[in-house]
Amino acid sequence: MANSVQTVRLPQTLRRPLRVPRFLVAVLRFCRRKPLGAIGAVLVVGLIVMAVFADRIAPYSYDESVPGSRMKPPSARFWMGTDNIGRDMWSRVVYGARISVTVGFATVALTTVFATIIGVSSAYLGGAYDIVVQRVVDAWMSFPALVIILSMLAALGPGLLNLILALSILGAAGTSRVIRGAALSTMQNPYVEAARALGSGHARIIFCHVLPNVTATIIILATIGLGTVILAESALSFLGFGIPPPYPSWGGMLAGSGRSFMYYAPWMAMFPGAAISLAVFGFNMFGDALRDLLDPRLRSGGGRPIG
Amino acid sequence: MRTYVLRRLLIAVPSLLIASLIVFTLPRLIPGDVVQLMLEEKAYGKDLEDLRAKLGLNRPIPVQYLEWLGRIARGDLGESLWTRQQVLGELARRLPVTLTLGVMAIAVAILIGIPIGILSAVRQDGVLDFFARSAAILGLSIPAFVTAIVVILLPAIWWGWTPQVRFTELSKDPAAHLLQFVLPAIILGIASAAGLMRLTRGMLLEVLRQDYVRTAWAKGLRERVVVLKHSLKNAIIPVVTILGLQVAQIAGGAVIIEQIFGLPGMGQFLVEAIVQRDYPVIQGINLLLVVIIVSTNLLVDLAYAVIDPRIRY
Repeated sequence: MANSVQTVRLPQTLRRPLRVPRFLVAVLRFCRRKPLGAIGAVLVVGLIVMAVFADRIAPYSYDESVPGSRMKPPSARFWMGTDNIGRDMWSRVVYGARISVTVGFATVALTTVFATIIGVSSAYLGGAYDIVVQRVVDAWMSFPALVIILSMLAALGPGLLNLILALSILGAAGTSRVIRGAALSTMQNPYVEAARALGSGHARIIFCHVLPNVTATIIILATIGLGTVILAESALSFLGFGIPPPYPSWGGMLAGSGRSFMYYAPWMAMFPGAAISLAVFGFNMFGDALRDLLDPRLRSGGGRPIG
Repeated sequence: MRTYVLRRLLIAVPSLLIASLIVFTLPRLIPGDVVQLMLEEKAYGKDLEDLRAKLGLNRPIPVQYLEWLGRIARGDLGESLWTRQQVLGELARRLPVTLTLGVMAIAVAILIGIPIGILSAVRQDGVLDFFARSAAILGLSIPAFVTAIVVILLPAIWWGWTPQVRFTELSKDPAAHLLQFVLPAIILGIASAAGLMRLTRGMLLEVLRQDYVRTAWAKGLRERVVVLKHSLKNAIIPVVTILGLQVAQIAGGAVIIEQIFGLPGMGQFLVEAIVQRDYPVIQGINLLLVVIIVSTNLLVDLAYAVIDPRIRY
């Protein structure tokens, strides 16, 4: 043989190992490290599925009265019983998820946009602009939230869009304060100075250097904000300033007929109340876990040196 | 200290003026004419114009605003458009109810939140920590009005017991008067307690890892001294700040709790006034709330100096 180098054929058995997709690995690690956060995530996903496929999941329409079945207790046919005019509670709770999810996500999206604009501009421009904006934010934050929102909703009138608008203006002040802080600390980094020295314009510095580094903060705030917004929406509907009937909102179901008939038909109040609590719980847990993972300062360890 | 308080009070004047402008304009943006509403429900005047003139609502809004300010300066908040009662008198009657509820709720928040937060931080990842954190998350997730309904409902189903609906005046039966606030105050305070507990725990955990705390341990000081004297004082300032912000939150929460428990406080008054578009009442309540919150902020700032001797005014 002239050529001494032999090529050894790889045995067929050595196949490429089964690769678990990266995304799945990340999800599994999240579940192991933050079990409560994982429960929260499951609740959040369940809520979104309920909202999106409400018309497939709910056996009845939300305003359909089933003849001859007023205030029936929970049974195989009506999982959560029926209300005082014979509507299926389970269907109403499922449709109620739509209100919560719509108001929650739309408000948080709008809040984030407002808050980012206010916070980043205030941090970047600084000077007199910063001082004036921050004093207005101070004043806005010192009113009791519920009182402002009641007055604002009374001014705008009831309805889904006005509710979202009022809630996002309310939330933007506090959120912008945190984003401003994050943006200020990002701007201390040498790479921002380097970018400026290289002749980058304001827009380039803000969009390529400051904003990407504030994103983690914004995502955490938004996730935690979702729970708060859902809570606020249900409180407003409870007081009768939210979504007008017959469209089912959890807070509204708890308030009107839910409260007047609760001694005879407790399921009319219990299930919407449980739905609100579970939804808020889910978003809080998920947001908390996300924050713990993204903020290394809050990981556990240390503490008491002895004992 | 005295000059600082004086300066703070002076700074508060412009923000109160801005707040008064907001307080005055917001209710007037409510669509629907109060005069129309009144004429339909109760025949107070001959026609729209006549009634408007009687109520003083026919003059330009800036004039109305200045008049209102002038009367406030003389300690007069005007009278309700509907009942013709003095707003100030009505507020004086209702403020004690809300104040009792609020103060008790804050006491509940402090008494539950801070001690459990401390224990939870000192025994991080222990059994108590686990339960306290889970309870705090539940407390933050379940809205006060849901808790309230469950608390009213369950005893009613199980034992047929319902809380009394009739309000007992302080002068009639002081013990019963205070007793009827206990349940609402606990429900209102629990959400704040959960927030305070988490914050106390978080701040204390950070402080417990500082070098000087290790030194304190090394000196052989008792745990109580290390935690309460050396660590807590340095961890508590943000907690006090949040406590100040909780006052605003509790004022808002009181609106709902008063509705559920039938307490004749300011919250009930406000909701009625908004529905009826009773401008002087809405303005009066909001202004009072702003004053309470501004003074709370001042008290919080003064409390910093008491807690931390490095802060001097």
